[in-house]
Amino acid sequence: MTAATVTEPSASPRRRRPRPGRTVVLNVAAVIAGLAVWTGLSVSGITGLTGPVEVVRRGAELIADGTLVTDVLASLRRVFTGFVLGTVLAIPVGFLMGWYATARALIEPYVQFFRTIPPLAIIPLAILLMGIGETPKVFVIFLAAFLSSVVSTFQGVLDVDRTLINAARVLGASDRTIFMKVVVPASTPFIIVGMRIGLGAAWGTLVAAELIAAQEGLGYRMQQAQLYYDLPTIFVGLISIGVLGLVMDRLLLLAERRLTGWQERR
Amino acid sequence: MIPKISFRNVSKSFPLKGGDFLALDRVDLDIADREFVTVVGPSGCGKSTLMSMAAGLTEPGTGDILLDGAPVAGPGPDRGVIFQQYALFPWLSVRKNVEFGLKLMNLPPDERKRRAEHAIELVGLSDFADALPKTLSGGMKQRCAIARAYAVDPQVLLMDEPFGALDALTRVQLQDQLLDTWSRERRTVMFITHDVDEAVYLANRVVVMAARPGRIHRVIDVDLPYPRTEEVRLSPEFSRIRNEVWHSVYHQAPAA
Ligand SMILES: Nc1ncnc2c1ncn2[C@@H]1O[C@H](COP(=O)(O)OP(=O)(O)OP(=O)(O)O)[C@@H](O)[C@H]1O
Ligand SMILES: [Mg+2]
Repeated sequence: MTAATVTEPSASPRRRRPRPGRTVVLNVAAVIAGLAVWTGLSVSGITGLTGPVEVVRRGAELIADGTLVTDVLASLRRVFTGFVLGTVLAIPVGFLMGWYATARALIEPYVQFFRTIPPLAIIPLAILLMGIGETPKVFVIFLAAFLSSVVSTFQGVLDVDRTLINAARVLGASDRTIFMKVVVPASTPFIIVGMRIGLGAAWGTLVAAELIAAQEGLGYRMQQAQLYYDLPTIFVGLISIGVLGLVMDRLLLLAERRLTGWQERR
Repeated sequence: MIPKISFRNVSKSFPLKGGDFLALDRVDLDIADREFVTVVGPSGCGKSTLMSMAAGLTEPGTGDILLDGAPVAGPGPDRGVIFQQYALFPWLSVRKNVEFGLKLMNLPPDERKRRAEHAIELVGLSDFADALPKTLSGGMKQRCAIARAYAVDPQVLLMDEPFGALDALTRVQLQDQLLDTWSRERRTVMFITHDVDEAVYLANRVVVMAARPGRIHRVIDVDLPYPRTEEVRLSPEFSRIRNEVWHSVYHQAPAA
């Protein structure tokens, strides 16, 4: 998903601005070309590869019998719960780490250490400790979202321009005011980038989290389909995950534009 | 009379790997109330450090810095600082930037608006009051920073190479604007620059500093009348003082 490639606020796609009409035409053309290649490949006989038509038909079936909606809702609920818990915790912890050297020294080793462990590797442990209900699934997603957005938030706080802080101090601002009126707004772009990365991580962990004895969910459905060699269902699952991820990322991008439009574009 | 600001035997060193680096060596300087003092000197001679100590952002190593006879304890709105890098809050409009300090004073809203308006008008930014800093030119950003400092009505203005990054024309305009404002609403000004012409044009007194270690080399009085006009700038007396300052900046005898 796109968010995973975003590393700093200035790297957002807003930077270059081709004419919007042209871009849309090119986008649509690229999608049509992709579908054509896909159809071509499936017709010209790569064994077992289903074409778009079959996938659409299967998608319609899954929508009609309610499976797709149930799965999407189940997956979204997990991703959202994990993502919201993760970022809600990551923002204050990130601020704490950026603002107080002591907090940083205490917390950073854990963050850096757990960041090197892929969240999926936590799954066996999560199952043993938390059973096979919703908790371990949400926990793994939470961990992924938390770890990726905490680093970005804390980096954002560290990078707040010293002269802005000094400018506020000489105007008579207290530490509290400096924090609320300078540090928070100045690090907002980083926080939002952190949230986008966090969302990417949460979404990316979903399928594997649903390996844990789920009854529904996009990841679960795809694993079931794999057992029965049901490629159309797998494709429907993949496309749903992609589209949902894209929509959520766009929503955050929209929020980013609204909240950080003041940034100088280099 | 008690000087507005006085540096009494101020030294400052910074810890470096190979031992302490003496940035300022026994600086003594009194700046009178409503005086306009400019500070020139080679790069690294400690001009910014000196100003930062007066602002209360840097602690003196030894010696005292007095404001109206009392030791400086931290920064405060009685001393407005204009930083070389503008330091505008990029997420706030010109007006909101200017109101930042006023809000901290807990003024009633209409009083706050009035003072912000006044400061913005003073620097000629009324048409851009609702613009974000990113849409302003360098000179306009600098004027916004000046308005922000003026708005809280500080008794002292500390300005660190405020016009350094501007083109010659804008710089002259802002110099005249600054003098104009200063003559109407007199404050004590400590103005750092590396431009000898600027130093002489603006000041009552020019403080020339020397480097390694940073110290005051000479203090030169500028006996030219205000308002300073183009005529003054082109007068023989101006060039005499200018040459004197130039000489003491660029032909300093090495430290003993
Ligand atoms: N925080 C610091 N830590 C270590 N050394 C410092 C620090 N601040 C300043 N110095 C040193 O003190 C000396 C004086 O610095 P300062 O910034 O006051 O010079 P300046 O006269 O303003 O120079 P310029 O004209 O280039 O702005 C420099 O040699 C600088 O390296
Ligand atoms: Mg300097």
